[in-house]
Amino acid sequence: MDLFDIIGPVMVGPSSSHTAGAARIGKITRMLLGSRPVRARIGLYGSFQKTYLGHGTDKALIGGLLGMGVDDSRLRDSLRLAAEAKLEYSFYNADVRGAHPNTVILDVDGDDGRHVCVQASSVGGGEIVVNAIDGLEAGFSGHENTLVITHHDTPGMIARISGELAAANLNIATMRVFRRSVGGDAMVALELDGSADAALIARLSALKGVYHVAYLAAKEE
Amino acid sequence: MRTIAEWLDAARQHGSLGAAALDWQARERGGDPSIPLALMRERLRVMRESAQAGLSPTLRSVSGMVGGQAALLAQAPFAGRFGLAGRAGVYALSIAEYNACMGKIVAAPTAGSCGILPGALLAAQEEAGFSDDELVMALFAAAAVGRVIALQATISGAEGGCQAECGTAAGMAAAALTQLYGGTPEAAAHACAFALMNMLGLVCDPVDGLVEVPCVYRNVGGVSQAISAAQLALSGVACPISLDEMILTMRDVGDAMPSSLRETGEGGCAACHACRRD
Repeated sequence: MDLFDIIGPVMVGPSSSHTAGAARIGKITRMLLGSRPVRARIGLYGSFQKTYLGHGTDKALIGGLLGMGVDDSRLRDSLRLAAEAKLEYSFYNADVRGAHPNTVILDVDGDDGRHVCVQASSVGGGEIVVNAIDGLEAGFSGHENTLVITHHDTPGMIARISGELAAANLNIATMRVFRRSVGGDAMVALELDGSADAALIARLSALKGVYHVAYLAAKEE
Repeated sequence: MRTIAEWLDAARQHGSLGAAALDWQARERGGDPSIPLALMRERLRVMRESAQAGLSPTLRSVSGMVGGQAALLAQAPFAGRFGLAGRAGVYALSIAEYNACMGKIVAAPTAGSCGILPGALLAAQEEAGFSDDELVMALFAAAAVGRVIALQATISGAEGGCQAECGTAAGMAAAALTQLYGGTPEAAAHACAFALMNMLGLVCDPVDGLVEVPCVYRNVGGVSQAISAAQLALSGVACPISLDEMILTMRDVGDAMPSSLRETGEGGCAACHACRRD
């Protein structure tokens, strides 16, 4: 914790958890999608469901999906801007047993046909946790530069991915690996000490068995 | 730097709490003090912008409960008669209302308590002519004590009640004002301790769970508490309880609070007939 966590963040109000955290979740979802969102079904749970209108949680989530940061004054007008950006959206009441009280599930389609389903929680002070992506357990905060790679579960996959990172002289701070079934869809979330460039992301995307690479740059979201 | 005692040692070397805090922040991030200085100047700029924007009489929150009331304070015929506290109250309310209306603010330490620290500093600048650089150093002093409170206790209303949010903000503002008006680092710590003492036990009871009622009015009350606390310390009154112990006491009181009074929207003002819609 540094002094700018105490005097800061600079954010659009009224609530760090219900507004700033929601905007971060929206923006991270857009980065995980990797394209321009055109359709979003958004399920709200717990306190998000009960108080979202008064806190502008809906505007913050949509603004985040449009690429706005927590300090972007356009968050207030994001529902109107969504119409201009041709983003269709709907909200519903979700029931996520045992989830954190500020939890949201976003089903989002991109303009390239890609779809992503993200479950995330706003855990206080603008901090968030991405709980699951496409039903696979995730559990990262987006605080560090994070690579999220979905791939086919085959032997050597993790070695090939970490080999590319080593070749780029990038240190892995944390790594989490999840899979739906043996030999099925799998996902690895890597928090990096440094930052990944476009060339590395392209090399990772080209690896045999990799479906998709999303890069969440901490300073951008 | 986890205790006020450590910060006071550092302040003795650097001349003030603010200078010690700037030096610490710079060293945490590679050593160049011009970077944190520029960041804090930018924070001050956003604070000033939000204080002005919140004065609009047409501002309304989504629920309609607040907005436009800072304009009433600013335009009241007797607005000038309340001195520093009066001016600070206007800005504290305007920033808190601007936050409730989805305006851009600086959390200090939280969004719900964002009016207190800038309200105190901007009003002091108008009353006494302090420079922006002096305000920036006062913000560093405030951040140093706020960080200790966050580490040793909590700055979350859901964990510690409003004393943890508006109480901490008032403590930070009291320390900042004391430094600004020429008090020693020890006096700044006494001021912060007085503010925490006088706001001890304040509950977090937002109506409908929104950051509106009583939050925006607590910002006005909080800035007065900060000014009173700074007045005590600058006059040479020492708080009989050290700031380090006061912070732990605030934590203990927060732990003893029932959950209905910790941001659940179930008790306190939130449970009043006047505020219930069911």
